[in-house]
Amino acid sequence: MNKNKIDTRETEELIIDTVARAHFRMRPDVKRLLLDAARKERAAAPRRALEQILENARAARTDKVAMCQDTGLPLVFLETGRQECLSPRGIEVIRRAVARGYQRLALRPSWVDPFRRVSASYRGILWHWDVNPRIKKGMRITVCPKGFGSENKSRLVMLNPTAGRDEVEECVVEAVRDAGPESCPPFVVGIGIGGTADHALLLAKKVLLGRVDRGSTVSLFRTMEKRILEKINRLGIGPMGMGGAHTALAVKIMSADTHIAGLPVGINISCHALRSAGALITNTGGLTCAG
Amino acid sequence: MRRITAPVTARAARALEAGDQVFFSGILLTARDQAHLRLCEYLRAGKDLPVRLQDQIIYYCGPAAAPKGRPVGSCGPTTSARMDAYTVPLLKAGLRGMAGKGRRSEEVRRAIRKYRAVYFLAPAGCGALLARKVTAARRLCFADLGPEAVYELTVRDFPFTVGIDTRGESIFHRRTKGVFHEKK
Repeated sequence: MNKNKIDTRETEELIIDTVARAHFRMRPDVKRLLLDAARKERAAAPRRALEQILENARAARTDKVAMCQDTGLPLVFLETGRQECLSPRGIEVIRRAVARGYQRLALRPSWVDPFRRVSASYRGILWHWDVNPRIKKGMRITVCPKGFGSENKSRLVMLNPTAGRDEVEECVVEAVRDAGPESCPPFVVGIGIGGTADHALLLAKKVLLGRVDRGSTVSLFRTMEKRILEKINRLGIGPMGMGGAHTALAVKIMSADTHIAGLPVGINISCHALRSAGALITNTGGLTCAG
Repeated sequence: MRRITAPVTARAARALEAGDQVFFSGILLTARDQAHLRLCEYLRAGKDLPVRLQDQIIYYCGPAAAPKGRPVGSCGPTTSARMDAYTVPLLKAGLRGMAGKGRRSEEVRRAIRKYRAVYFLAPAGCGALLARKVTAARRLCFADLGPEAVYELTVRDFPFTVGIDTRGESIFHRRTKGVFHEKK
């Protein structure tokens, strides 16, 4: 059988639909947090900002217009299960489908050569691939468009191994203070603790793909998340920098073991438009290697 | 709610105060990083600008492509601080104001006062909402920059907050509790 003949159109449509959901539909967990914040916010200006954000989500959904014109660098997180192995052609199919999705849905191409800076294209998706043995059949794709107003405020801090929780908390609050009103607060802050420099930053991003309206399953992290959130919300930057009690909606921590000589802390700040959407690709024909 | 229409005269600008909520209608010129770089090169070389800036408002925005049947796609503001280094020469050339998101440098705040300009804050991250208020769009120059080209947007009732007024009063400056100091 000639593998190149396998029809991958169904998969492509599924991926394009995933891209559309990421941009046109506010994540339910984010929406819950925003509604809650709008209820609690007392001052008029920050409350109005929160209401505009929610109205924007409704407009995006109805009009099929991206929630934010910064449609980001599309990050694709792919998890293959215990049976399948992704083929080079599979990678190509997924890349092409994401690019087509952006083009078809009139999403802004924001990807340029770092120095030439002209002719933004639809070809530059970034890619993370994991094996997840819990997936019995098929592969799971998550599209996470990351805008750069907030990505520019990402931070890596290599702390000493003797640093305590307080120091970790302090450097996160400092990063948020620096991000300030221009990075589209209220933020959702992802923190990756441990691993290596690159891994800590990846964890900080990955943790935001999961539900952000509930705390970590690790009780120590749950406590830290709460404490950091309280400290951040005392900064008074507020929604769209209008002051008020909600500079961040949530803080999420994920960790990995690290080296005896260090304590990397990766901080990823997401704007209020924390976007992602996932799908399980069950028909993996044309994406996998045989055997 | 106060209403204001572009082009904005010196007199109309003077009536605005930091913190005011306004509905803005008329023309906005989009320009962001690369377009600013080019406009400033024109000025440095002593050449005529490809767009007229007198009494106009530059909106820091790179709109998403227009879906079928609409003038423009998602079109929220980008971070204004990145344009700080290029703002003063444009104000000098007659620009009446800017619209974007976030703080400005002290240099820009002073220049806004000097040239009797105004800085508006647009609702950040609300591109779909703002797209509903754009009635027409056309590209004016720098086509090779794609979404970063200069577009003329005709808008109706854009909800702006006055960030810095003609007296140099800033909403970020006025709040003194620590975080709202100007960007260094």
